[in-house]
Order: sequence, then C-alpha cells, then structure tokens
Amino acid sequence: MSFALDLLTYVAVAAGAFFYLAGTIGLLRFPDTLTRLHALTKADNLGLGLIVLGLLPHAGGVADALKLVAIWLLVMLSSADAGQLIARAARRAMRRGEPPAP
Amino acid sequence: MIVDAFYAAPAVLILALAVYTTVVRGTFAASVGFLAYGLLLTITWVQLHAVDVALTEAAIGAGLTSLLLVRASHRLRESEAAIRAETPGLPLKLAAGLVAGIVGGGIALAVLTLPEPAPTLAPQVAANLAATGVGNPITAVLMAFRAMDTMLEAIVVLLALVGVWSLAPDRAWGGRQGPRYNADPDGILAFIARVLPPIGIVVGIYIFWIGADHPGGKFQGATVVAAMWLLAMLAGLTDAPPIRRRWVRALLVAGPLAFVAVGIVGVYAAGTFLGYPPDAAKALILVIEFALMPSLAFTLGLVMAGAPERPEEAA
Repeated sequence: MSFALDLLTYVAVAAGAFFYLAGTIGLLRFPDTLTRLHALTKADNLGLGLIVLGLLPHAGGVADALKLVAIWLLVMLSSADAGQLIARAARRAMRRGEPPAP
Repeated sequence: MIVDAFYAAPAVLILALAVYTTVVRGTFAASVGFLAYGLLLTITWVQLHAVDVALTEAAIGAGLTSLLLVRASHRLRESEAAIRAETPGLPLKLAAGLVAGIVGGGIALAVLTLPEPAPTLAPQVAANLAATGVGNPITAVLMAFRAMDTMLEAIVVLLALVGVWSLAPDRAWGGRQGPRYNADPDGILAFIARVLPPIGIVVGIYIFWIGADHPGGKFQGATVVAAMWLLAMLAGLTDAPPIRRRWVRALLVAGPLAFVAVGIVGVYAAGTFLGYPPDAAKALILVIEFALMPSLAFTLGLVMAGAPERPEEAA
C-alpha cells in the first residue's frame, strides 16, 4: 500500500513538473499574449493539481490535505481570473490598433 | 549535490533578478522584476526555516511594496520618456555606483566576518518565553522583548500614510484617495472581488490569530485583509472613505494609541515603559494585537489606495 502511494507521488509530481516545464516553454516561445496565456494557465491548473495530488498521501492529516486542496482551488480561481483580465486588456489593445506585445 | 542546487538556484536567481531590476529600462519592468525578486526571497526564507520572515516578505515586501511601485510606474508613464532622456552623466553614475558599492560591500563584510558561532540572544528568548504567555518565540520578541520596535513600526506605517496623503492637490484635500474605479459590474473583476474577500478575510484573521503560537501575526494578516479591501475598491464595489472624516482618523490612530497606552500602563505596573506585569503579559499583548490589527489593515489599505485625488462631493 505504501509503495503504491509512493509510486503515485512520484508519477503525479513528475507529471506536474512536466506541465510546468511545458507551460514555461510555451510562455517563452508562443508568439502573442493570448497563446502565452493559454500555455501559462494550463500549467498552473494541471501542473499544480498534479503536484498537490502527489503530495496528498504525505500530508500530515486530513486538515493538512484539505489545506493543500484549498491552495490548489484558490490558485485555479486566481489564475483563471487573472488570465481573463489580461486577455481582455490584450483584446482592448488590439481593437485600439496597438501593435501586439512582443 | 541535489540539495546544494536546491538552495543555490533561488540564490542565483535572486542575484540575477536584482541586477535585472537595477539595469532594466522602464519602471514597469523594474517593478515586475522587484515582485519576482520578493517572491524568490520568500522561498529562500522558507528554506532557512524563517517562516515568519517569509510571510512578511511575501505580504509586505513582494506584495504591498511591488503594488506601490507598479502604481507609481503607472503614474510616471506619461513622463517616462522625458525622464529617460535626462540620463545622468558618467561622473554621477560612477559616484552612485561607488556609494552603493561601499554600502553593499560593508554589509557583506559585516556578515562574512561574523564570529563563529554568530552572536545570538535565542537562548535567552527560549528561557524567558514562558513569562510572555505566547508560544511563538518570534511573537514574543516582537511583542514583549522588543515591543518598542514594533510600536515604532506601527507608527511608521501611519507616517507612510501621512506621506501618501501629503501628495494630495489642494482641491482634493480631505477627499477620497485614488480614482473611482468603474469596472464592469458583471465582469470577471467584480466576480472575483465578491468571491475572494470572504475567503481572504478568514485567511487574514487566521494568520493574525495563529501568530501567538505559530508563524503569522498582525502585519501579515492585516496585509491580506487590506488586499481584499483594495480588490473590492478596484472592482468598483466600494470606495475609499473621504480622509477628512473623524472616524477614519480615529480608526487609523486607535491601534498605535492603544500600544502607547499599554506602554504607559507598564510604567506604573511594571516599572518601565512597555513593561508587562508577569501575570498579565499575555492579556496585555492580546489587547495590543486586537487594537492594532484593524488599524493596520485600514492603514495599509489606504496606503495602497493612492494619493487623494477627488473632492468628496464628486464621489
């Protein structure tokens, strides 16, 4: 049982780190604000979710596990909202005919 | 090896970001660099097991200060090109670099030549912790052994707000701080400004309350509460109060005044300013904390709201 939980931790945290890496590469390589946002928010939600999932078996108790899940939910809420706000600002700038941010 | 990299990576990134923040052109980029610098510094404090310092760095250093810088850079945007055109000459740059180098070198020298082991008062704090009635040694230092410093800090925050207020043009004196934000009432900002504050206020009060026995405290908790208030202001759900109001000023000074009052009580009850009679230490610390928390949250919120720029009538 403990081996299975450890395996879950390794696999989930490694997968989470992979999504962060992919998101970072997307942030650096994608051509404009909207696609970069896409890369970043996916990394936040999925990457952090997988890392939290991997850490859950090692949490000190139910309360600590719930705190970890709460952190994930709060980050999802804030990154989704920040993504929306930045995307709207980018769209307004495009409508005004400003050149897209490099 | 891996552990070394774990500690070295943030340190290298912090130095790189410090250089970036200093040399980058454009105040906005520098402000964002400073924000990332503060967050990395937070990670380093956690690695050093200084969670109290990490919380303060995240809340005040990275959060509040960066927000002030971003707002300042926004206000400077109109004139930034003109400012950049007036680059100082080489002698001035060299002189500034020399002064900064001497200060930085002096600090580095002081840290590197500390005797081994470094002088510490930690054993005395641990030995006298029980007398204060609190379980977190950091809180015991801040609220009992070095309470004078904390009192002055609370007053400094108030002075910072006086500084912000003094930026008001005459017509806006006594009026409301910052612009009136008109966000879309059905938009995403209004949504998050409704959803997040109930959670954030609970978290802020939790950080404040847990500070007696665990990492946390009133400054960090008050910053979180102030940020929630600012979020509601940015979404246009509420407005900064006119600064001429009596209750505004009463709330601002209530916390520091309570601190000074407890200090004066100490003169009579324990023979020294800010001395606590042993059996009443915890109670007096709680009085200060509870009086200071709302004042601090209110003060920090108003510091972040910006200079007064609207007469009250135009609300």
